[in-house]
Parts: sequence; C-alpha cells; structure tokens
Amino acid sequence: MKKRNPWLQTLFWIFVSFLTLFPIYWLFVVSVKPAVDLFTTPEILLSEFYWQNYVDVWTDRTLRGYMMNSLIISSGNALLSTALGFFACYALTRFRMGGKESIFFWTITNRMAPPAVFLLPLFLLMTQVYRVGDFTLLDTRIGMILVYCTFNLPFAIWTLRPTLDGIPRELDEAAFVDGASSWKVISEIVFPLCRPGLAVTLILTWVFAWNEYLLAATLTNFSARTLTTGLSEYVTTTGTEWGIMAAISVFTLIPALIVFTLVQRHIVAGLTFGAVKG
Amino acid sequence: MQSNRLGWILLAPSLLILFLFGVVPFLYVAWLSFHQWNPFAANPDIIYNGAENFRRLVFDAAFLASLGVTIAFVFFAVVSELILGYVLAQAFMKDFPGKAIFRTIHTLPLIMAPIIVGSIWKLMTTPSIGIIPNLLDTWFGLDLNIGQSAAAAFAVTVIMDVWHWTPLVTLTLIAALVSLPPDPFEQAQIDGANKRQIFWHITLPMIAPAVVATVFIRLMDALRTVDEVLMLTGGGPGSATRYLGVHIFKEVFPRTNYGYGSAISVIVLYLTIVACWLLYVSMLAPRNQK
Repeated sequence: MKKRNPWLQTLFWIFVSFLTLFPIYWLFVVSVKPAVDLFTTPEILLSEFYWQNYVDVWTDRTLRGYMMNSLIISSGNALLSTALGFFACYALTRFRMGGKESIFFWTITNRMAPPAVFLLPLFLLMTQVYRVGDFTLLDTRIGMILVYCTFNLPFAIWTLRPTLDGIPRELDEAAFVDGASSWKVISEIVFPLCRPGLAVTLILTWVFAWNEYLLAATLTNFSARTLTTGLSEYVTTTGTEWGIMAAISVFTLIPALIVFTLVQRHIVAGLTFGAVKG
Repeated sequence: MQSNRLGWILLAPSLLILFLFGVVPFLYVAWLSFHQWNPFAANPDIIYNGAENFRRLVFDAAFLASLGVTIAFVFFAVVSELILGYVLAQAFMKDFPGKAIFRTIHTLPLIMAPIIVGSIWKLMTTPSIGIIPNLLDTWFGLDLNIGQSAAAAFAVTVIMDVWHWTPLVTLTLIAALVSLPPDPFEQAQIDGANKRQIFWHITLPMIAPAVVATVFIRLMDALRTVDEVLMLTGGGPGSATRYLGVHIFKEVFPRTNYGYGSAISVIVLYLTIVACWLLYVSMLAPRNQK
C-alpha cells in the first residue's frame, strides 16, 4: 500500500471534529449574548461575554426546583435500577429457575417499545389506578423514579449480566460449604467483585434518566418537573427566550459531559444493549 | 446450589416494577383500543366499539401521512449514518497524530440528551437568529426557512439525526473492523484484488453481522424519535416532520381522544415488535455461529 502522510488524516479529523463541535459551540455563543444582539448579524467569534442568562437561570426559583427534581429523580432511579438489576442478575446467573432465559429477554422488550406508546396508559394508570386515597403517582418524584425503571431496569439487568456471569460460581459455592449465609455471599463475595460493572451501570442509568424528556413532559405538572421539561417551557408561541433556553441547555449538558469523561469507553456497549464492546 | 425460592425473591421486585409499568400499560392500551373514550366529549363514557378504531386508522390520512414521513426519515437518516459511519471507521483504522482526542470528540454527541440536540439545532437553524440560514443567505443567496419549507425542515431533522447518531455507527464498525483477522486481506492483495473487490467480497461479508445489528438498533431508535423533533420543528411546518412518536404525542394529549390514541399506539407497538424481533434474531445469529 502507498504510504500516506499521517498528518492528512489528522487534517481530515480536524474537519470532522469541527462539524461535531460547532453546534455545541454555537449553543454556548447564544447563551452568552444579550437578547437584543441575537437578531443582528450572527458573529462566530465572541468579543464579550454576557453572563446574565446564567445568573437568571440560577436564581430562578422554579428552575432551581426543576434542577433539584432532575437530580433526585435521576439519582434515585439510577440507585434503584442498579440495585434491583444486581439482585435480578444474581438470581438469573446462580439459580436453575424455569423460563429464566425468557424472562431475561422479556425485560429488554420493555426498553425497546417507543415511549410515546406508553404515554397515554401510564398517564391514566398513574392518575386513576395506582393511587392510595387522594395520593396519586402523577407529578411525584417517586412516580417518575418508578416510571424510569421501565427503560433503566432492563438496561441494568442486561449490562450487569456479563459481569455476574464472569464471577465463577465455585467462589459462592465454596463460601456456602464454609457455612456462609446467602446474604453474606452476596454482600461480601459477589458485590465487591462486581463494583466496576456496578459503577458503569450506575453512571449510564443516571445519564439516561437525566436526559429523559417525553415521559417527564406528560407525567409531571409542576412539583416533579425536570430540567429537560423546563427547557421546552421557554419555547412559546409568543416568543422564545433564546438566551435562557441556551443557558438551561448548557446546565443540562454539563453533568452529562462530566460523566462522559468517566465512562467514555462503555458508552457504545451501553447504547447497543451490550452487543458491542467499545 | 441454593434454593430456587431465594432466586425468585431476588427477582421479584424487578418483575413487579416491570409488570406494573410495562405490562399493565400495554394490556390497558390494548383493551382501550377497542373502545371509544373521550372524557371531554358529549358522551364521556367508555363505549365498546369493536374494531372501529382500527378501521378508521387504515383510512386516516393524517396517520398514513405520518407513517410515510417516518419511513422516509428513518431511511434517509440510517442510510446516511451507515455510509458516513463506515467511511469514518475506516479512517480510524490507520494511525495518525491525535487519534485518541478525535475519537473522544467524535463520541461526544452520543451522551447528549435528545431534547438538547433539538434545542441546539433550533438555535442553529431558526431563520432570525441561526447561523446556518444566515451564512447560506450571505454566501449563496439561499433562503433556508424551516418554519415554512417542508423540505428544509425534513432535511434538517435528518441532518440532526445524522449528527447525533453517526458516532454510534462509527464506533460499532470500528469494533467490528478491529476484530477482523489480517490473513484474508493479505491473501487478496497477493492475488491482485483491487480495493472495491476487497470491500465487496471480504470486508463487507465479514463485518455483516455487526452492520445488521447496528442497522436494527438505529432503526429502532429512529422509529422512536420524538424529543428532538418536537423541540426543533414541533412536527411542522404543517405535518412535514410529524413522525409517529410526535403524531401520537400531539394526537393524544391536546385532543384527549383516548380510545383512538390507544389504537394508534397498538399499531406502532406492533410495528416496533416486528423490528425488535428481527433485531433479536439478527443479534443472536452471529453469536450462535461462534
């Protein structure tokens, strides 16, 4: 083969990276401009920074409430999904239960279904069926934590399974022979060995919950609204507050970006149900 | 071997949650699809009306139009992503300065919330403030207005999807290309095969399982696209970008037509299940060959 200059490749990738990064850069540009300047000729390079949009978002009580909700819902859901997924995988890999492979596949079908299909039934169930007296799950944080399990719990089960499969059963069995209880085996032998897998699962489920929009938009009104739904509230028929919208977007983006640096290698495995190891 | 009872106890919470928030809604929507129910209509009761909803659906121009644009969107987006993803994956197979950094940058869009992607592209393409319409106007005198031109809105949603998801295709194809053995390629070169022959007769058949799996994953995700399109165009102008997910969202909530909305949901779910089944088969087949 012909030897090409490797710097040509680099030049090509600088171009590709520019295409990838420019939209994100433009988001930042809009977020640090006063509203009046937006409608003049767009300039690509910034001469001055206008931070008021960020201050407005940060000091807005409602938006801070949304931020808090997002934080609580995604953290609660990530912990719940990962914990339940861990127990489920332990059961699926350590016991000879009838039909367990069917159960395993069935779990992922819950994630494959388009969320739009479930909007209506979930809305009706949460207002009319899943209720205790006057308390309904609609517009509550606990309700959203449970609803997000429909996509995050199957994901946790599928990504944790290879980890648990990789831990030799002889290890548990040896501990049983020594007289350890089931709980002791899970908490002191299996759990420590699963930590890396659990960490990745926890982080990815957190991001998926943090990024969710459609279900939050329909199943919450005010008290459990998340940051992603707050974003759409600034797009109205009477006029969009572009700067504020961009600033909220940046706020929503930052945690995901931080997390991204932690689990970069695992993202592809996460998005392909573990079919591809990145 | 521990007792199976413990196994079921550990599995029970997961199954219970998935049953309550996955299976029950499904059964409920299936049941409702055979009924007429609009709580804010003159008659707010739930009335059994057999297959009437489905009969209406088959002749519903709005639904068929939505199905049509969805198929067009999925086709253009997935095909572009495959071609671009393959070219980029091949470009990654050589060593060059800065490879790791470029890989990181290229992966970046994958982690972004669809709603954020939608808002970014809205900021870029909205005529009064966006950079793209402005540059197209000053450089080429072209008028890009996604609020008025159906073709422009459609194209921008496709480009947005390509920007967001091509990295997934690139990375899955890199994984496939890296795992290929070098022998067949060396042999083909000795036999004097040209680049095109090598691609069609060696590379493509060998990475086919990965390509098929990637296609179905993208297919499934593209079929359920809602957030970014809702944010970017809201399904408009007219119904140019009213993809199925957007259609359901718009049909069900403002109109509270619960029975009919359920019927649409059931059909869309059915289409997805068919796609999922194909995905499952295509992903299992390569594993079983090993």
